[in-house]
Amino acid sequence: MEAISIEGTPKTPTVNFDTEKGFLEIKGRSIPENSIEFYKPIVDLLERYATKPQPTTNVNIQLEYFNTSSSKCILDVFKKLEGINKNGSKVVINWYYEEDDEDMLEAGEDYQAIINVPFKMVQVVD
Amino acid sequence: MVLDIYGFYDKMEQNNIMLSFKGDITSDLLTSILQIMEAKLDNFQEEPKIKKKVYNVLVECLQNLYHHMDESSPTNDEKVRSAIFMIGKMDTYYNIITGNYIKNENIPNLKKLLDSINMLSKEELKEYYKEVLNNGEMSLKGGGGLGMIDIARKTGGKLNFDFTPVDQKYSFFSLNINISQ
Repeated sequence: MEAISIEGTPKTPTVNFDTEKGFLEIKGRSIPENSIEFYKPIVDLLERYATKPQPTTNVNIQLEYFNTSSSKCILDVFKKLEGINKNGSKVVINWYYEEDDEDMLEAGEDYQAIINVPFKMVQVVD
Repeated sequence: MVLDIYGFYDKMEQNNIMLSFKGDITSDLLTSILQIMEAKLDNFQEEPKIKKKVYNVLVECLQNLYHHMDESSPTNDEKVRSAIFMIGKMDTYYNIITGNYIKNENIPNLKKLLDSINMLSKEELKEYYKEVLNNGEMSLKGGGGLGMIDIARKTGGKLNFDFTPVDQKYSFFSLNINISQ
């Protein structure tokens, strides 16, 4: 089984994608100047995972910061998940935001409005 | 000519500029600037909410400059790759000012985008953002106007901008953003 494990940097997030467990997490900061390069392996692996997904797929997105260059790539990730959800794997996206971070909550709601996958808004209390 | 360095200093002091830079905008430079600014915001013991807002808007403003540099290089004159930015902290708001050369022929489109963003309400900006995110053409570098929409959404204010004519080919584009504390 394929997997992705990337450690975070000041400009890019920690990514763990375990296809055997059906678990994907992206956390930290996503503010690279060019995001497409960073997200390509994740989108590619999701495409392969889509051909043989687990019965359930859990996705945790816990970002402190993300830039608009990343926002389109994150949407690409969600669109792949939307396809997987349609084809038999039950997908849940958990969108984490800090208690007072209205901008991050709103960003999650924007995706929720665009993507047809169950979204859970999870408030993180310090 | 002797450079009036005290004049520069005094002007920056009067305008509460805490950080400024003029020159080529590189990825490494932005990494350093963002680190410095994050430490400064921590030192001011700014509310996490404000800290995040300032940081987010700063990222978009500076990356706008970076992507613009990218487009200008390398065939154009060296000076066109140069930009300026200043970050100030006033009593009730943070101030981010950026300036860069722009080809005169590109002014109408940018002006149209900024004018249209400035006319939208909070709710309309949200809808516009989602529309551009979902359907907008994004270049490899991002863009599609998403950065400017995001800045307008996060600050809740108008995008103040100006084009100063330089010569037949270029003008100097400046953007002035305030973030309330």
